[in-house]
Amino acid sequence: MPDGPGLELLRGEIDRDAPGAVLATSYEKERAALIVDAVRIIEVLAWLRDTPGQGYRFLSSLHVADYLPAEPRFGVHYELLNRERVERIRVKAMLSSDSPEIASCVELFPTANFQEREAFDFFGIVFTGHPELTRILLPEDYVGFPQRRDFPVGGEPVTFTYSEKRYG
Amino acid sequence: MADRGPHTFPQALVDEDPAAPTVAELYGELDADRTTEVMTVNIGPHHPATHGVLRLVVDLEGEVVRDLKPVIGYVHTGIEKSCEDKSYWKVIPFVERMDYVSYFFQMEAYCGAVERLIGLELPPRAKYLRTIMLELNRIHSHLVWLGTTALDLGAISMLWYCFRERDRILDLFEMAAGQRIHTRYFQVGGVIEDIPLGWEAKCRSFVHDMPIRVGQYEALLDRNEVFLQRTKGVGIVDRDRLLDLGVTGPLLRAAGEPWDLRKAFDYLAYPEMDFKIPVGTVGDNYDRYRVRVAEMVESTKIIGQALEALPGGPFIAEDRKYVLPPRSELSTSMESLIHHFKLVTEGFRVDPGEIYYAIEGPRGELGCFVLADGSSKPARVHFRDPSFVNLQAFKDMAMDSYVADMICSLGMLDPILGGVDR
Repeated sequence: MPDGPGLELLRGEIDRDAPGAVLATSYEKERAALIVDAVRIIEVLAWLRDTPGQGYRFLSSLHVADYLPAEPRFGVHYELLNRERVERIRVKAMLSSDSPEIASCVELFPTANFQEREAFDFFGIVFTGHPELTRILLPEDYVGFPQRRDFPVGGEPVTFTYSEKRYG
Repeated sequence: MADRGPHTFPQALVDEDPAAPTVAELYGELDADRTTEVMTVNIGPHHPATHGVLRLVVDLEGEVVRDLKPVIGYVHTGIEKSCEDKSYWKVIPFVERMDYVSYFFQMEAYCGAVERLIGLELPPRAKYLRTIMLELNRIHSHLVWLGTTALDLGAISMLWYCFRERDRILDLFEMAAGQRIHTRYFQVGGVIEDIPLGWEAKCRSFVHDMPIRVGQYEALLDRNEVFLQRTKGVGIVDRDRLLDLGVTGPLLRAAGEPWDLRKAFDYLAYPEMDFKIPVGTVGDNYDRYRVRVAEMVESTKIIGQALEALPGGPFIAEDRKYVLPPRSELSTSMESLIHHFKLVTEGFRVDPGEIYYAIEGPRGELGCFVLADGSSKPARVHFRDPSFVNLQAFKDMAMDSYVADMICSLGMLDPILGGVDR
């Protein structure tokens, strides 16, 4: 992982090529993270992947966390990995709850295909430009996004034949 | 009495009959612009060759796969959501049930993530015990893979031989943890119990036997003409394409990329272990088989070294805010009783923060993301399951091959559908 000063240097370099794209940095528990403007996420990911000397070419994981009640509420996490330097960095884009929409990075990282579909399936994040943005684990006709924090646990009624008979 | 001496086949049967019609004479030349009908076939979700509840929608031209789409989600149980409603230590048995063949790895990914969130350092003995268990689990997982995949290719006896050794590993798990699968042996801060007397000797005898057994598997398969023809040169995907698709683990190493998180990152007792990373050359199904078999031998080496160097001392961290006090203290110490009560009723709280912790599972990078919001329950637990990500490479592996080779490639991909669907 880049250490604290390394992360600030990295931010400085991104700022030179894409001013204003990085909103903030965070360095916690020895993990470095860049908080990026959601509109310019592809720009930053492409910069990290293709700039000589950076080479974060491997997307380990793409996942979403719901920070309810904070606003903007959804955080899309991109865990990037530089295999030459053995460094991980997290790129995070925050999305508001009224328009959870972000550009798809499948063109840059084909591995994101299933993971973006999963994020859409469970959080309702719309990845624009995704080749096939459909539900992946839940049934196609499912209504709602169950991993959101305001979706209750046990919100799905289970009908057993016993209770059907008894309570109709 | 008939002559039972050395038998020779009649020469006519050995030589090819020159008068026999060739394939071209029988069926006509297969010209390029001949159009065949493309047929869409549904395989699964309930099919023994799909290694779980996986549905494949396959477009076939004759017997050749022209398009393929995996349909998943049939065993989705919402484990990640359920975890948000459980206190930290009650999440452990849940996550074990995701990838039900590599349960120790799920536990390690989750416990390791939580330990890093709260900054809890493991005692050396716990690190070694965890390393031993993980490597035993890796062998177990590869044995299940080898048995079932060889079964797909018609080598039924391999299943029994593999499951014989698997049973010895499960015996070791049962002896240490009380359960054969889903052991819940890892605890935040260490392991839940020390290994019992006699466990080490039993494990040593397994470490001694296992390389011999692997040699026997190789003797059965490595020179088996059917196995070689079914695997060599089949399902080749090149290194760069695999990396683009996010594939990790034995599949990536079979294509010649020596990437292993056990070497790359510093976790548990792996930095002190001396082992090699087996890699393949071309990345076909045969390489995938060779890499996994070689990994089993490397894992036994790690277990042997860890047993030799197993340090004494506590098997779980001493921090009473996170770790249950020993049973014996409860009747003498008021302090311990309070800690015990707090931990059992509410569980420990974790300060707000988030972490992504990845380890090398038997199928590749197994990552766990935990988001803590300050309460005693995690606000989000997400698993980056290698089976889920690797499944994206299946289309590349099976494209333009025969249906039978597609089944072989699926076995070599080794997806565990419990992990895919979570």
